[in-house]
Amino acid sequence: MIVFRYDKTFDGLLTAVFEAYSRKAFPEKLLSETEPLPLFAGQEHRVSTDTGKSGRVWKALNKKVPKEVCSMLMHVWLSELEGSDELLFRYIRKTFDAPCSIAGDFTDDDITEVAKIAKKVSRERLRLIQFVRFQKAADDIFFAPVSPVYNALPLTLPHFTDRFASQKWLIYDIKRRYGYYYDLKTAAEVTLDDDRRLLSGRLNEELMAQDEKLFQDLWKSYFRALTIKERINPRLQRQHMPRRFWKFLPEKN
Amino acid sequence: MFSLCHNSILSDKFSSFVKMNEQILYKLKVLAESAKYDVSCSSSGTTRKSRPGATGSAAGWGICHSFTEDGRCVSLLKIMLANYCMYDCAYCINRRSNDVRRTAFTVQELVELTLEFYRRNYIEGLFLSSGVMNNPDYTMERMIRVVKDLRTVHRYNGYIHMKSIPGASPELVSEAGKYADRLSVNIEIPKEQNLKLLAPEKNHQSIYRPMFYIQQGISANTEERKRFRHAPRFAPAGQSTQMIIGATDESDKDILRLSSALYQRPSMKRVYYSGYIPVNTNDSRLPALKQAPLARENRLYQADWLMRFYGFRVNEIVDDTFPYLDLEIDPKLTWALRHPEAFPVDLNKADYEMILRVPGIGVKSARLIVVSRRHGRITSSMLKKIGVAMKRAKYFITCNELTPCNGGEVQPEYIRKVLTEKKSAKKEPGGRQLTILFPD
Ligand code: SF4
Repeated sequence: MIVFRYDKTFDGLLTAVFEAYSRKAFPEKLLSETEPLPLFAGQEHRVSTDTGKSGRVWKALNKKVPKEVCSMLMHVWLSELEGSDELLFRYIRKTFDAPCSIAGDFTDDDITEVAKIAKKVSRERLRLIQFVRFQKAADDIFFAPVSPVYNALPLTLPHFTDRFASQKWLIYDIKRRYGYYYDLKTAAEVTLDDDRRLLSGRLNEELMAQDEKLFQDLWKSYFRALTIKERINPRLQRQHMPRRFWKFLPEKN
Repeated sequence: MFSLCHNSILSDKFSSFVKMNEQILYKLKVLAESAKYDVSCSSSGTTRKSRPGATGSAAGWGICHSFTEDGRCVSLLKIMLANYCMYDCAYCINRRSNDVRRTAFTVQELVELTLEFYRRNYIEGLFLSSGVMNNPDYTMERMIRVVKDLRTVHRYNGYIHMKSIPGASPELVSEAGKYADRLSVNIEIPKEQNLKLLAPEKNHQSIYRPMFYIQQGISANTEERKRFRHAPRFAPAGQSTQMIIGATDESDKDILRLSSALYQRPSMKRVYYSGYIPVNTNDSRLPALKQAPLARENRLYQADWLMRFYGFRVNEIVDDTFPYLDLEIDPKLTWALRHPEAFPVDLNKADYEMILRVPGIGVKSARLIVVSRRHGRITSSMLKKIGVAMKRAKYFITCNELTPCNGGEVQPEYIRKVLTEKKSAKKEPGGRQLTILFPD
């Protein structure tokens, strides 16, 4: 059995694809740099991530398949699911080996699996778009904490930079401890040295803009006024708006 | 707040605004209460990228930003400008003869509220309606000031749905169309004699006229935009309307025929059905309902769906023999059981249109079936993977190794029995309505 080790980055994975083709040896397992070697591992190869190589693979892929498929692969990568890198590896290899795009072939298990995971991640992306709640801070920056199950925050950037183009904002993933800050021009990735006080997901009242509390209250009472009590159905509410998002929603606090 | 951003010189135009106070909170509660029974709240239909310096975008499909305790989507700030009303519609909580709290927003208050909610990602946009103050035109003018201010002064680029007041003049309707994404006039009651009985100040003319003005505005605009690509758009998300279900004696056939006729007009995007909620209890013109007819409402939406996305004609769903929808099973299954001769459908050969008629197969799955059968034959495990509800579909299809249950013959009585038994066993106590229209 052939085993590749790499740094568990997306560029690393694409480099691994590159090297597999140039060595004509395809790994059955992809391990991180520190994982113990499984039994029966025959040949071990260490991939050193090379953006030149990964760039070439990505370019070739973009030529071969429509951009929706490339975006799907990105989604699967961001799922951070165990084994998704091996799945992607197989998918990419099948794509290169086939004469045309294989994305519609649902008779293949890897292809259905990729589509399934991509769908889950894109659902998480949509939920972020739905349930992100900005709190306006005293310095006029709109702050939103999130903690998605998959690492879907990067996928939301086109939407948020488009929609909230006229305000400064920071969306921060408190689980993965990084975020994006938008300065009215571009959104850049940031890691805050001292993010501890943000991890609760709420701004302290002294950090809030003067009227922030008021608008939260207005929103809460609007939300309450909307409920038609003849139709109460908490199960349906939870189904559409999973409980894990509630701690960020003023209307549920 | 954060070490990385020191300069906080963002000139917030609105900070100079009057501070919101108890008064606003009170108005918001009253006017949201008054608006909430109108269900036609979706923000689909316009895609608009943000422009430099402008606030917001419209995403083209309705994003729900929250869900109420009753599980409904909260997408727009659905609010009335005022709940004063000089009319006396029997089905309406705001009618003149009701003793309810009355209030009105100022234009500025409502503009600020919309912007501040929007900036916090609470909402997709504004859905503005109003009771009739003084006269229809006076009311329309005030509503237009709100949407015009949002668009022109604040360069707000999010979604706006505005109700056109019955009886408003054509000039005002076309003014409103410049700023709103969608305009709507509610029909409320399909038959005119029933409408007149319940809403003495309204008649069909006062409703169909503004609808016609909207239609005209939209088609004139379409022509104009063919010649001048950058001509400003007029109500780009078209118009919608709503009917109240169960307050009067119209059958599902009456309702759906009207919907079908309305959908013939290109500008009509959605018809909404609102199960009558008995807000005014002691009115002898209205039925004494214990509960809103939710199951019926749901079936009507399913039937509407079939007409819009599944290629069904209205007469295939309801006709003189069957003027009402079956409450036990959905209209697509109903059709299938009434037409055993059309089944089983061979998924490896049948047209897309026919695959779409199979119970348990939705639009997405039907498309996937047509795409993936180019790569190989369809198998039942694959069908499950692409999301076909096999529990239903299995009675109506053949493919490869799969022959339909019961040796190729569709037995309506039997299938009906099996499928309804399953469902009632799963039903929650209290008989909740089905909420997913078609699993796909
Ligand atoms: S005109 Fe509108 S607000 Fe006034 S009573 Fe009739 S339905 Fe209600």
